[in-house]
Amino acid sequence: MTTTNAWSDVWSQLVPKFGQILFSIALFAAVLVIAFWLASRARGKAERPVVVTLMLGPAIVLVAIGLVVPGLQTILFSVRDPYGQGFVGLQNFGWAFTDPGMRQTLTNTVLWIVLAPILSTGIGLLLAVLVDRIKREALAKALIFMPMAISFVGASVVWKFVYQYAGPGNPQIGLLSSIVMAFGVKNPPNWMLTQPLNTFLLMVIYIWVQTGFAMVVLSAAIKAVPMDINEAASLDGATGFRLFRTITMPMVRGTFVVVLTTAMVATLKLFDIVRTMTGGNFGTSVLANEMYSQTFVQFNSGHGAALAVILFIGVTPMIWYNVRSLRKERTIR
Amino acid sequence: MKPRRLVAATAAAALAAIALPISSASAAVNCAPYKQYGKLTGKTVHIFTSILSPESDIYMKAYADFEKCTGVTIQWEGSNDFESQLGVRVAGGSAPDLAIIPQPGLLQQMVKTGKAVPAPAGVVANAKKYWTADWRAYSTVNGKYYGAPLSANMKSLVWYSPKFFKKYKLTVPKTWAEMMKLSDQIVKLGQKPWCAGIGSGTATGWPATDWMEELTLRMYGPKVYDSWVAGKTKFASPQIENVMKTLSKWLMNPKYVNAGIGDVKSIATTTFQDAGLGIPKGKCFMLQQASFYGAQFPQGTKIAPSGDVFAFFLPSINKKWPIPVEGGGEFIVSFRNAPEVNAVQTFMSSPLYLTNRAKDSAGGWTTANSGVPVSAYPTPLDRMVATYLSNPKATFRFDGSDAMPAAVGAGSFWTQMTAWFSGDNPQATSTIDSIAKAIDATWPTA
Repeated sequence: MTTTNAWSDVWSQLVPKFGQILFSIALFAAVLVIAFWLASRARGKAERPVVVTLMLGPAIVLVAIGLVVPGLQTILFSVRDPYGQGFVGLQNFGWAFTDPGMRQTLTNTVLWIVLAPILSTGIGLLLAVLVDRIKREALAKALIFMPMAISFVGASVVWKFVYQYAGPGNPQIGLLSSIVMAFGVKNPPNWMLTQPLNTFLLMVIYIWVQTGFAMVVLSAAIKAVPMDINEAASLDGATGFRLFRTITMPMVRGTFVVVLTTAMVATLKLFDIVRTMTGGNFGTSVLANEMYSQTFVQFNSGHGAALAVILFIGVTPMIWYNVRSLRKERTIR
Repeated sequence: MKPRRLVAATAAAALAAIALPISSASAAVNCAPYKQYGKLTGKTVHIFTSILSPESDIYMKAYADFEKCTGVTIQWEGSNDFESQLGVRVAGGSAPDLAIIPQPGLLQQMVKTGKAVPAPAGVVANAKKYWTADWRAYSTVNGKYYGAPLSANMKSLVWYSPKFFKKYKLTVPKTWAEMMKLSDQIVKLGQKPWCAGIGSGTATGWPATDWMEELTLRMYGPKVYDSWVAGKTKFASPQIENVMKTLSKWLMNPKYVNAGIGDVKSIATTTFQDAGLGIPKGKCFMLQQASFYGAQFPQGTKIAPSGDVFAFFLPSINKKWPIPVEGGGEFIVSFRNAPEVNAVQTFMSSPLYLTNRAKDSAGGWTTANSGVPVSAYPTPLDRMVATYLSNPKATFRFDGSDAMPAAVGAGSFWTQMTAWFSGDNPQATSTIDSIAKAIDATWPTA
């Protein structure tokens, strides 16, 4: 290979790339100009339909391509065989609810949806209330919020060391094992193999990452409670827990529910922690992890799609509730 | 054109450092060995592969002289999505001229499309002369030969520490019985002989599938092996359950494992990368793992017959198959019958090309082409691996789980092995039977 060769390589790669970028930007601008010009020319009866089509049309087309069509395709795949060809009825769903491995997966998923969001939001609320009254509030908040900056995969790698196992006679490097040994336990178990404890240990990682977020959002909501209400309550003699229960909690309820349901949707999709820590082995698998494995590792698109549909059905009521409570809040304001 | 100039300036700055040393390397080329391929000036051959830079650079350098002397231009296109893309391209009528296919199954699929071209006479001649019959069989479909292998690797190795073997006066075993005796000898020293790990993220369990394959090939030979891989011999058959029994007596023996790590179950939570790190430290005596495991040892570890670590051949069990070798490799398959494509395909199957490739390797690259002198390889391990791979007496088989349907080979076989290693009573016959049956149940019916 000579210099000219290397040069021409760069030219042949960069020039078309930049050319394409500039061309597509120019094309986009041109289309916009024409569209708006057409919209501005429309008069009378045609005005409204033209404007509506021009403004909503592109969004609808994109949503259809990116969301609606793949969604319908997934539903179609979920009643077909592993190769997406023959129709098999509800067999895939039957498998999802009867296979012993899948039952464990579904149970774990339910445990995750119920426990992880409640704990992370609950602890977040507790911290928000506590932090609200201490001196170096910003510092404490920053420290608790920090894990949020780590991805779930990164956090899992960190926690792998916490849960690391070493047999008797080998140097102990697992933090959890060391702590337990300090309390007198001689042979700490291999944490990731201990069922059903391992699923809960995985939830701890989620809570560690997520609780800071809940705390920050709830703390902001607590601070938004008008001072005069608090003062009035104090004058009436309410203090401590009673103040929290009768004033703070009702005032931040909306925010609390939004944080909680968002966390629920997130846990339903949860995938990274399980995948990194155990790969779904040792009875820790969850729905999203199994969906990925079935579709992209074992190439069984029927099973994968069925799990996706179950996931979708599971998420729907939470999203519906979220949207409804958001709407309600808007009308109140 | 303004943007052009701007790009040129940035590119010049960025590339100055890279371009200079390359240009100074061109020297006089001896074109004599390339005469037989004729003049191919102005022709272009497009290779599609999963091999990416920097590894691909060595492959490209090895044919640089060929390009200069024949005048042909070889376009090397590496892609992460090779396996899915190849099918799409071939079906869509834009097949590459040559594809480097890493799996016999994919090769057969490509032949089924009718777009693959049987290998030219030159490749067939090279294959007959330099590769063993087992290797030739893997790219022969319906009696036609479709392409010679490029690189090859070997899994049937046991890593050990020559230093500590010498210290405890242990000898490298030649048979399976000797290896078990050696293990007991180490137990008597008060140590555990074997370390193992099957953790591998998404693919947790695969090292255990390798152990099953090694043992099946050793105990029952290639015919049962092939029939097992094809799904005709079930996991719950007497043979395969017997293989599982042998495996449980070896790597599930609480006296044998898991050296430097913990109990039998810890095999399931130890990553395969970490499993053998105790070997150079004398904390573990033996690890069954492929040739590529050498890259896991820390820098400065001497990998040699008298160094910190080395590997011995995983011994045979049945005398009928004295050298059972499990491994992998990739094949160069053509999709266009043209003089220049045939010339490149033939050249890439020649000892000349593969020797060029071996010489520039930093270690860890081998081929099963027996025409490549063993001295061309830079490390003693590569020399040993190459000798086994090209041995005509060896029984060579590809990784079996790769060839099973994905629901098994990348699904239940992995997860059930993991469940077996992490579960209770792994050595019990009832456990073995239920694991075997659980895998059989997932074998696709259609």
